Amino acid sequence: TVGDIKYRDGVMLAADTLCSYGTLAMFKDAKRLTTVGDNTLVGAGGEYSDFQKIQHMLEDITGDDRNYDDGYNHSPSEIYHYLRAVMYQRRNKMNPLWNNLLIGGFKDGEAFLGSVDMIGTAFTDDFLATGFGAHLALPILRKRWQPDMEEGEARELLEDCLRVLFYRDCRALNKVQVAKATAEGTIVSDPYTISTNWSSASFMQNAGNLQGDGGW
Amino acid sequence: PPPLPRDMATPARDGEAATGTTIMACCFDGGVVMGADSRVSTGTYIANRVSDKVAALHDSIFMCRSGSAADTQAISDYVRYYLAAHTTEVGRAPTVKTAATLARRIAYENKDQLLAGIIVGGWDAVQGGSVYVVPLGGTMMQMPFAIGGSGSTYIYGHVDAQFKEGMSRQEAQNFVKKSIAHAMARDGSSGGIIRLVTIDANGTEREYIPGDELPYGP
Repeated sequence: TVGDIKYRDGVMLAADTLCSYGTLAMFKDAKRLTTVGDNTLVGAGGEYSDFQKIQHMLEDITGDDRNYDDGYNHSPSEIYHYLRAVMYQRRNKMNPLWNNLLIGGFKDGEAFLGSVDMIGTAFTDDFLATGFGAHLALPILRKRWQPDMEEGEARELLEDCLRVLFYRDCRALNKVQVAKATAEGTIVSDPYTISTNWSSASFMQNAGNLQGDGGW
Repeated sequence: PPPLPRDMATPARDGEAATGTTIMACCFDGGVVMGADSRVSTGTYIANRVSDKVAALHDSIFMCRSGSAADTQAISDYVRYYLAAHTTEVGRAPTVKTAATLARRIAYENKDQLLAGIIVGGWDAVQGGSVYVVPLGGTMMQMPFAIGGSGSTYIYGHVDAQFKEGMSRQEAQNFVKKSIAHAMARDGSSGGIIRLVTIDANGTEREYIPGDELPYGP
C-alpha cells in the first residue's frame, strides 16, 4: 500500500518499507518512495523490479531536465501523464509493469495528486491509496481529510492509516517512510517504526480455555 | 489422477479463515511450554490479529492449532469432548498421549477433508511433560520439541541451532518466545502477539507478549 494526501503546504506520501516474496517478508527496508526532481514524488506498490525500472526511466527524465538547463523542469502533472502513457502502452503489449503508482507533487503553488495502475487507469484526487489501502485507508481518509491540514495533522492521519494496515494486512510492516513535496522541494524521510497497540483488555483474554466455545 | 495436495497458504474454500501461523511446543525438565502467534488471515486480510491458537483440551493438556481455523476448532472441540468422556470412564486424569491419539484418529480418518496441523502438549503423571505433533496426513510423533504452521519453515535453522536437552523452565520459555518471534518477523501469515502456556505438575500458567514487546521484530 501507498497512501497520499494533499495538505496545506503541498502533498504528502507514505508507505511501509516491506518487499515480500510470496508470504516471505524478504526485504524489510525497501524504499518504495522516490523523488523526481524538486517537484514530484512517486510511490509504488506491486512488483519491485518493475518499480526500479520505472525509477530509471524517471531518472532519465530528471537528467534531461538538468542537461537542457533551460530553466524549465517537468511538472508533477507531466510525470503523471508520462507514466500513464508508459503503463497503458505496456498493457496494450500484454506485458504490463506490475505496479500501482501514486504521483504527488507541488509546483508553482499548485499541489498535484494522481494514481496510475498497471493497466493504465489514471485519475487525480485530493487523497489516494493503493493496494489494501484502497479498502482500509480510503474510508479513514474520507472521514478525516480536510483541505489545508497542517503538516503534523497530515502525517498523523497517514500514520494512522498505515497503522491500521499493519494490523489488518498480512503483507504490511510497522516500519514506514513518509515523503512530502512543498514549495521548498521534495524530501523523503528515513524509515521509522510506528507505534502499535496490543494491550486492550479484550485482546489479552484467552479464548482457548476449557470453558470456552472453541472459538478464536 | 489424484488431486494435487493443497498447500497450507491456500484455504479450502474461498474466504475461509486460515491460521497462517507459527506454533511451537518444547519440553523442559518438569513440564512443557507451548506457544503460538495470533494472526488469523483470510487471503491477505487479517481477520483476527489477537486470536488464541493454544486451546485447552484438559486441565493440563493443550493443543496448538494451525491450518484451517474451522477444521482445527472442530477437532479441538471433538478431542475435548472425547477426552472428558474418557476421563469420566477411567476415573483419573488423561495422559497427553491419549489426547494426541484422539487428535490423530480424527486427523487420519478424515485426511481428505481436513487441513489441520496440530501440536499436542501437556503434563501427565506417566511421562511428565511431553509433546506430540500431528501434522497434515495424520501421523503422530513424540518429540522433545515441535514447530508447526507456515512460519515454522523460517525457523528450522534457528531451533536446530538453539535447542538443547534438559532446559530449565525459563530457558524453554525464552526459546519458544524467541523462535516464534523470529518466525513472525519473516512470515506474512504469522504475526500479532505471542501467547505462551507453561504446563507442569502444579498446573498451567499463561503469558501474553504484546506485539510491540516481542523479543525480536516485527
